[in-house]
Amino acid sequence: MSSGDIGVSPGDSSFAEAGPELIQLLTPEGERVEHPDYAIDLSPEQLRAIYRDLALVRRVDVEATALQRQGELGIWASLLGQEGAQIGAGWALEANDMAFPTYREHGVAWCRNVDPLDIISLFRGCDNGSWDPIATMFNLYTVVIGAQCLHAVGYAMGMQRDGGNGATLAFFGDGATSQGDVNESFIWASVFAAPVVFFCQNNQYAISEPIEKQSRIPLFQRARGFGFPGVRVDGNDVLAVLAVTRKALEAARTGQGPTFIEAYTYRMGAHTTSDDPSRYRLASEMEAWKLKDPIERVRAYLIRSEQADAEFFAAVDAEGDQLAVRIRKGTVEMPDPDATSMFANVYAEQTPYLTDQAAEFAEYHASFASAGQEA
Amino acid sequence: MAAVTQRSAPVTLGKAINMGLRKAMEDDPKVLLMGEDIGKLGGVFRVTDGLQKDFGEDRVIDTPLAESGILGTAVGLAMRGFRPVCEIQFDGFIFPAYNQIVTQVAKIHSRSRGKLPMRIVIRVPFGGGIGAVEHHSESPEAYFSHTAGLKVVACSNPVDAYWMIQQAIRADDPVLFFEPKRRYWEKADLDTSLEPGPLFETRVVRAGEDCTVLAYGPMVKTALQAASAVEAEGRSLEVIDLRTLSPLDLAPVFDSVRRTGRCVVVHEAPTNLGMGSELAARITEQCFYSLEAPVLRVGGYDTPYPPSKIEEDYLPDLDRVLDAVDRTFAF
Ligand SMILES: Cc1ncc(C[n+]2csc(CCOP(=O)(O)OP(=O)(O)O)c2C)c(N)n1
Ligand SMILES: [Mg+2]
Repeated sequence: MSSGDIGVSPGDSSFAEAGPELIQLLTPEGERVEHPDYAIDLSPEQLRAIYRDLALVRRVDVEATALQRQGELGIWASLLGQEGAQIGAGWALEANDMAFPTYREHGVAWCRNVDPLDIISLFRGCDNGSWDPIATMFNLYTVVIGAQCLHAVGYAMGMQRDGGNGATLAFFGDGATSQGDVNESFIWASVFAAPVVFFCQNNQYAISEPIEKQSRIPLFQRARGFGFPGVRVDGNDVLAVLAVTRKALEAARTGQGPTFIEAYTYRMGAHTTSDDPSRYRLASEMEAWKLKDPIERVRAYLIRSEQADAEFFAAVDAEGDQLAVRIRKGTVEMPDPDATSMFANVYAEQTPYLTDQAAEFAEYHASFASAGQEA
Repeated sequence: MAAVTQRSAPVTLGKAINMGLRKAMEDDPKVLLMGEDIGKLGGVFRVTDGLQKDFGEDRVIDTPLAESGILGTAVGLAMRGFRPVCEIQFDGFIFPAYNQIVTQVAKIHSRSRGKLPMRIVIRVPFGGGIGAVEHHSESPEAYFSHTAGLKVVACSNPVDAYWMIQQAIRADDPVLFFEPKRRYWEKADLDTSLEPGPLFETRVVRAGEDCTVLAYGPMVKTALQAASAVEAEGRSLEVIDLRTLSPLDLAPVFDSVRRTGRCVVVHEAPTNLGMGSELAARITEQCFYSLEAPVLRVGGYDTPYPPSKIEEDYLPDLDRVLDAVDRTFAF
């Protein structure tokens, strides 16, 4: 199939299947395989650390989903099934690199040392993001689809101009590739050879809409038209994701411009806790993807290659239990924000009008308190 | 038997819009629905539930995830004689389409000297109070009411919702159709055989004598609750559901304020340059000698919409409406 003939006719969705282009270093059965363009060499300690990260972010996710069900969170966007893509990408980031997440990158947040409770507080409705985006080099979550891709390019252009030696990693979904902002970000990145890597998690769905509603060619092939390379990696293979993302970030840092990475994966859960996927997809599809679980394959590999024993896995499980307890307790004990905080930070310096409004607000609420005392 | 059940049955506001859309599609083959997740899923609020199954994928279109694309292609479809009804998933996501709406949808009729009518309806679930994360609770109606060429309406109850959506689709101008998302699940008896008055008409929904309360969308219920709450104290509030925000239909408002001498406007949107600002100005111009107090506004504060744990402190409620009513009496 030449690039001129993409071999796709309307109504044909076979392109959406992972093809031979899929970069893989660890099979779903946990077998290490080689790839001509991508190598990875990790010590047993590093491999175990990756497993630990995968397992713990899944634990955070399971716990947050349960907390939502119990009414402790307004909503939760699960990363279930996408742990490999996110931990692989997170591990590829270096200290000077800046990540621009959507609302689902809890695994990347974990790698940037953002406390899971800081993520949870957003979904609980306490704030719109409480971590320090510069200290963590992990931007605040962006809910408006695709907007962050342009921010990532702009930040990268800044790095290009102020001698920073990092790159940016822009996260977005398959659905987001339809947005004007995302397409504009590709153009800007290309024209300015900005040190940015576009990391698209193709989890096959944008809420209910399957990838066919967004594209008639494999997403990674779009990059070529914008003037930079695109690759498709097995998003459930944390090693391949790490290798591919590392290489792309290194290319960006060394002036070789952007890369588009399509991490081919699957959203194992609902879009969010408000969603009901049974309305639009078959359970059999999920069953098939269960066999490609990103964590199971690392576990199988670690066991097979004798790089981890039962004791190690038990220790990770125990750590997960402790983490779950901390998350539960931290969530239910999380204080509600002070209502007057809505007036804070609207401007660099509060305007007189807003100062008056905040004072009226406080006075109004105080009137209830004193009325209560009188009664 | 069947005829009786069809005449009047309790339906939710969301279901009423669904029924109205179905009727409009049955009545006119040129009516198309476009939006994200409106097909199999039936929309995130299920307002288009079952319509793709019955009308097919050519008439109920799951679009790519791009609001500018939805509105831009709707313009072309309207030029070709279709009547696209576009769903914006949440209020805060209308902005990628803002350019198309304000620079194209609003102006093409005038630029083409009437040759290209823009028969487009833009459905927007709006407002807060559902515990959502940011961008899911906003009230952007004033941006659009400010733009010449667009008509803007807001429904407040299932009966209006059923009729107003059909009337908006039949209209010859582009209509922004704001749906009070926190009232989607509220029920009322709907008689589908009785078409009420025209779309761009403001109505008194509760007669009263002492103070006029103007509201629309989700705040109509709040205003009615306020009126009931003070009834026992012997204070009588007249509640008006504006229904149409652009054009405004102010004759019933002026008539009311001339009788009561007091007026409070309530909306969730920030007060600064919100609908209340225009209403206060127009009422002051027309009813100056009848006013016992300045027109007061109760709205969201002039801050970004806050996190949901404190949204109830931001949104106008019964107490804030009554506080404003009291203040009109203190003048
Ligand atoms: C501009 C905009 N339009 C609509 C939405 C509502 N919305 C939230 S997530 C989503 C689907 C996103 O799909 P995708 O980009 O594939 O990411 P995923 O959720 O699958 O990770 C939509 C339509 C939004 N957040 N922003
Ligand atoms: Mg997706």
